[in-house]
Amino acid sequence: MKSKLFLIAFAFISAICYAQEVTVSGQVNEAATGLSMPGVNINVKGTATNIVTDIDGKFSLAVPSGSTLVFSFIGFNTQEKVVTSSENITITLTENIQTLDEVVVIGYGTQKKRDITGAVGIVDSETIEDMHPVKIEQALQGTVTGVNITSQSGAPGAGLDIRIRGIASNGDASPLVLIDGYIGQLSDLNPNDIESITVLKDAQAGIYGTAGANGVVLVTTKKGRKNRKLEINYNAYIGMQETSRKLPLLNATEYALLLNESYANGGQAIPFPDVSGLGVGTDWQEEVFDSGVPIISHDISFRGGSDKITYSISASNIDQDGIVGGSKSHFDRNTARIGMTADLRDNLKLNTNVIYTDLNRQSFNENVLGSVLFNAINTPAIYSPFDENGDFTQLPIGGTGPGSNLGIEIINPLAQIANTFNDYDLRRFSGTFGADYEVVKDLTATARIGFNTSNANGRTFNKEVSYGGKVFDNVRSSVNQNAINDNDYTFDAYLTYVKSINEAHNFTGTLGTTIFKTFGEGLFATGFDVPNNSWEFADISLTTGFLDAKTASSYKYDERRLSYFGRLQYDYKGKYLLSAMLRRDSSTRFGPNNRVAYFPSVTGGWVISEEGFYGTNNILNRIKLRASYGLLGNDRIGDNAYVGLLNGEATYVLDGALVNGFAIGRLPNPDLVWEESEKFDVGLDLNFLNNKIDVVMDYFIDKKNDLLITNIPVSGILGTYGPGGQNPTANAGSVENRGFELGINYRDQIGDDFTYSIGYNVTFLRNEVTKVNNGTGFVEGGLFGLSTSATRMEVGEPLGYFYGYQMDGIFQNQEEVNAHPSQAELGAEAQPGDIRFVDVNGDGEITPDDRTNIGDPIPDAVMGLNLQFTYKGFDFAAYTFASLGNDMVRNYERTVTDVNRHSYILDRWTGEGTSNSVPRVTTGATTNNVFSSYFVEDASYLRIQNVQLGYTVNPDFIQKSGVTKLRIYAGVNNLYTFTEYKGYDPGASSGAPLASGIDYGFYPVPRTYLFGLNVNF
Amino acid sequence: MALSVITASTVSCSDEYTQRDIVYNIASENYFNSEDDYYNALVAAYDLMHATYPNVILGEIASDNTLAGGESANDVIGWQQVDQMIHTPVNSNIRDIWNWMFAGVNRANYILEFKDKTDFEGKEQIIAEARFLRAYYHFELVKWFGGIPLKGDARFQLGDETSIPRSSVPEVYASIQEDLLLAIEDLSTQAPQVGRATKGAAQALLGKAYLYDEKYSEAATVLEQVITSGNYMLVDDYNSIFEFEGENGPGSIFEVQYTEIQGASFDCLQCSEGNVAVGFSGPRNYDGPLFTSGFSFNLPTEEGASIFEEDDLREDVAILDMEEWNAETGATYTPGYNDTGYFNRKYIPRKRGENAAGDLNLTNPNNYRAIRYADVLLMAAEAFNKIGNDVKAREYLNEVRRRAFGDNDHDITASGETLFSFIQEERRRELFGEGHRFFDLVRTGRAAQEIEGFTPGKNEVFPIPLEEIEFANGNWEQNPQY
Repeated sequence: MKSKLFLIAFAFISAICYAQEVTVSGQVNEAATGLSMPGVNINVKGTATNIVTDIDGKFSLAVPSGSTLVFSFIGFNTQEKVVTSSENITITLTENIQTLDEVVVIGYGTQKKRDITGAVGIVDSETIEDMHPVKIEQALQGTVTGVNITSQSGAPGAGLDIRIRGIASNGDASPLVLIDGYIGQLSDLNPNDIESITVLKDAQAGIYGTAGANGVVLVTTKKGRKNRKLEINYNAYIGMQETSRKLPLLNATEYALLLNESYANGGQAIPFPDVSGLGVGTDWQEEVFDSGVPIISHDISFRGGSDKITYSISASNIDQDGIVGGSKSHFDRNTARIGMTADLRDNLKLNTNVIYTDLNRQSFNENVLGSVLFNAINTPAIYSPFDENGDFTQLPIGGTGPGSNLGIEIINPLAQIANTFNDYDLRRFSGTFGADYEVVKDLTATARIGFNTSNANGRTFNKEVSYGGKVFDNVRSSVNQNAINDNDYTFDAYLTYVKSINEAHNFTGTLGTTIFKTFGEGLFATGFDVPNNSWEFADISLTTGFLDAKTASSYKYDERRLSYFGRLQYDYKGKYLLSAMLRRDSSTRFGPNNRVAYFPSVTGGWVISEEGFYGTNNILNRIKLRASYGLLGNDRIGDNAYVGLLNGEATYVLDGALVNGFAIGRLPNPDLVWEESEKFDVGLDLNFLNNKIDVVMDYFIDKKNDLLITNIPVSGILGTYGPGGQNPTANAGSVENRGFELGINYRDQIGDDFTYSIGYNVTFLRNEVTKVNNGTGFVEGGLFGLSTSATRMEVGEPLGYFYGYQMDGIFQNQEEVNAHPSQAELGAEAQPGDIRFVDVNGDGEITPDDRTNIGDPIPDAVMGLNLQFTYKGFDFAAYTFASLGNDMVRNYERTVTDVNRHSYILDRWTGEGTSNSVPRVTTGATTNNVFSSYFVEDASYLRIQNVQLGYTVNPDFIQKSGVTKLRIYAGVNNLYTFTEYKGYDPGASSGAPLASGIDYGFYPVPRTYLFGLNVNF
Repeated sequence: MALSVITASTVSCSDEYTQRDIVYNIASENYFNSEDDYYNALVAAYDLMHATYPNVILGEIASDNTLAGGESANDVIGWQQVDQMIHTPVNSNIRDIWNWMFAGVNRANYILEFKDKTDFEGKEQIIAEARFLRAYYHFELVKWFGGIPLKGDARFQLGDETSIPRSSVPEVYASIQEDLLLAIEDLSTQAPQVGRATKGAAQALLGKAYLYDEKYSEAATVLEQVITSGNYMLVDDYNSIFEFEGENGPGSIFEVQYTEIQGASFDCLQCSEGNVAVGFSGPRNYDGPLFTSGFSFNLPTEEGASIFEEDDLREDVAILDMEEWNAETGATYTPGYNDTGYFNRKYIPRKRGENAAGDLNLTNPNNYRAIRYADVLLMAAEAFNKIGNDVKAREYLNEVRRRAFGDNDHDITASGETLFSFIQEERRRELFGEGHRFFDLVRTGRAAQEIEGFTPGKNEVFPIPLEEIEFANGNWEQNPQY
């Protein structure tokens, strides 16, 4: 029987051979790199004939004339070619990273994109390449719905904060970051080493239990591919940076006139009887901001693989100076990475990825009273940077000279730059080693260990310097040095069982454990009397002085988490999808009574378009409905908050010498429990027009219960306001984030030469505090001025909303003052020209009870609009981001009589009818400086984050040199920001949930002009 | 292989993994196991003495002695408001006093909570010092705020603010007196270390507490004990008391010890080991001999500077008249807000030593002479006057006056009410700039007539900080009229 069949088949094939045959040979190349592609499947359409390309990507076969050859490779767009004659053809395959078959990392496993049932955001390597982020976080801004990135500063190496679906924690609200499965640091990575970033936004992150409440960012690094020749990839760019904004400030003459008016209003003699000859004076911003500040980046990678081994080796260097202070504000990072996979046996696969990072940073005080920019803003233009001897001009703290009442905090910013010396070095070695072992068919055991070990050294030289009685005067030179060693490891061991029954019921079960331990120590010491008062000698080994007080300190920590987890994924023919997870965690962060918790979650999906009744629809190809619900946790509070430790300050003077004792530091809270996050999400994925358009929308409710609040203000009777004391950490509230996310991507091509894609995404968010159970019903936060609490966490309001007086215009005349309730309770009787505050409670008096919600820093909506197109060798990309409805508190102005002012003060009230928005100026007692809506501004903005134009040289021209691809490009980062906000950067934030909207003079993000090239060999 | 790892780890990793010891840290509830432990906790309780500086400077500003001053009308707004008697429950400077004094109370209570845990020789002295310190902090609190919550020999716990009521003023005084009576039993006459409390200090403080509590005969008795102990005397040179060499001298009964060797910053003024009030009181941009610059707060009023009789040697010690000083030495300064030309010479910055650490304004090493023998004599005089023993009263009053004038020609011979008034005037002159005046005026019922803007029935005490009223959630009532 068998032989008969064979005979028939042979006869059939032989018969075909009688048709006219052509011999086609050729090569398949990868579009992105120009490299040859081995292993590409070639099918003769309508037949069973299949061959694959050889190691050089070459093929040759004989087919009947008119046959259609179908070239396919996983992850690449399939291409068809009709052959009519014997010829040599070259096929170029383009990678299709958007396919539904793309594999997405979901934590302890992967899943095809088509089967995903959670709310997941993905950023691929192309986006990262387009955006040229110095730090990888920047590539998430405006590219993933529900994710908001704020920079703490525009200074080189400054931190960035990721917030997924709003601010929900009052403690550490940053997501968990996993690099190839281990807990890692995004700041360590070379952006070009990243293959993809997956953001888990909903209960899908439930597998991470107590670590996942703020969302999870999964980074996959680039790997080599099997059966590929060595591919060398070199990227470089050079950029020139400048400030993206300067504030309009008063010039010398405007300043003098303003001061005259202010003194006259205060009943004092005018300081500048003659303003002629003052001119415009010094532009202090011009003095402190540099332009054309360099940033240079290089990276090179080597990738390839045999049929058993793959490798990916890379190195990078980035070097960036700051737009303030040149090389004294500096960041450089070197990375080296080796990733390898090895199939030791058919059923045993090893993988490893090891990264070494070396960071170096020099920086200034930022975003605080006394920062360089704070000084540049507040120093009057009448002072010149240098005196007649060529020394830095000393700014007076008071005196008889006009404009000399500058207080004790404002110093010459140029002197400050010159006298700042510090250095920070971090060397981190991190990585993962893992093995997958197929125990029996369908059952795989995975074990891997991820680790970080880092050593950081910091050094600050405090030069002996006098600014003439300022707080920054230093009477004795000293050097602070520290050495910090941090380590952690994550050990994962889990079993994965995959079973398909009748090709209809598909099961994946995962069961495992994770052990996490972080430990380390820090040592801090100070040496006094640095030889020659010079940075060159600033090391404790060379210092000659000492202090009769303790000048060294240290700490040590050891925190652990033990977890067990299980997950069951099921789908029926890819139509009904279900996944359920349970995780059990115990953590050292909590007291013995509350050490263990369970976190269940469930996700489900229904692919409606797979239903028989849906039929075939050429417009709306695919509909998937998703829903998820789960409980997650957060244990990220300081260590040992449940126990009282004697680490407060206890220093007194006995027998004429300092003596140290022991006092309680933070007030303990033995009843601390996990912060619990209850996440609900319902989403819809739509694909239109043959997947040219895909739409993803989600509605979510993210509730945080038992919100952990660190340093929660408590009554003074508890003694926490003594030296070294700290308020307790407590589970003191609940916050709810509700929102809607929409992402639309459209890609198409016109003819063969023009392809384009447009992506738009928007996230609407509403944040509301639903419970604060500390007795008062609110928690106060962020400071306005020096001591006024300006923000609150309070039931019914957004987290960290601004709490102050509501301004109701300006008193135009005495009648208006008389007609209004007295404002004397706030510190002074109102006069015409002063701010009128609303009597919110209507009791006929303006008192602290009239404070109310005057804004909040949480945007109502954030959105991104991103464009890419290519035409022949040219490519263009633009990324924009907008944030709407976020407010910011203007707090970079010092309330000292003689400081310089922002030019909006030119619109001040000077008499009836002159202004209803800016109050009069006076040196007298006034309530205009109390925290009110006058200081709150709408900081909505639209930023063109990145624009880039590239050109890829025709490969034919360069082939002889061995270069397979050469692309050159030019671009601008942070091209322009549209905003009404008066300060430097509406997109900046301190990142602290209760103080995020207070601007102490944020260092603006630099605008960077980039020129670069990508070369592949 | 992987499977065996899983099996191994699952077996070896029970929840014991997350029960680790905290390394190199001492847990607060597992302490007081040795003499050292008690001593170290006592140092912590003394630490808050450093944070009594605002009580002194603001007590002075609140009185008719001095004006707030500073750079402008808005400089340290909380002090400006107190100066004008328009302060409200929203006042971070008044709140500091509440917070810091209670921190002191709690640190003393921490020791007393564990007073029976471990025995060792000399423990009574430490426990007695803890009682003295608690009494001192309680006394400050009752002077400033009236009735306060009392916990007894235990630390306040979270939730106490909503359950423990404010004790009445007499109850607080009773607690202070009880603490001091117990402390007197165990304190030695000579402190084990300079700066620690002595029997004399506890007796003097008790006498003061009786006086405030209007228990005059008890006050007379205990103050008399200090006087007759023979441990204290008036030093001849009044000026020397306030210079560095006069610190902890024979006329000093209790002194808050400061040093300049450790740096400090505005971020944590209560952490400074220096006397912050001194830097705030110095003349701005001062250039001249003896003194250094400060922030020109706490400026003696014209009226305050005029209280001294002719030949009173104390005038030039208490008041630095810048015009005269300039004529004499060529010294210059920049007038600030409210400038009167006068400075509180006892507590303005002196030229500093080589080891002075920055911020220099915050680390002045001038000890605060909290209880001086002259104060005790005047308190005794007052107490004896009140109980009808004017002979004793005059004796003690005149002892102070004889030093002030260097002769016996200025002795007071009055008696009764007139003598009482003389004693009060003498208190003002002797203790000018030392933070007592406001509270003397209040307790003798003369504040309204002497202090501009003072509202009787209201300003005798300061408001409970608004934050505290909120934390108490209805448990504590605000002081009247605030």
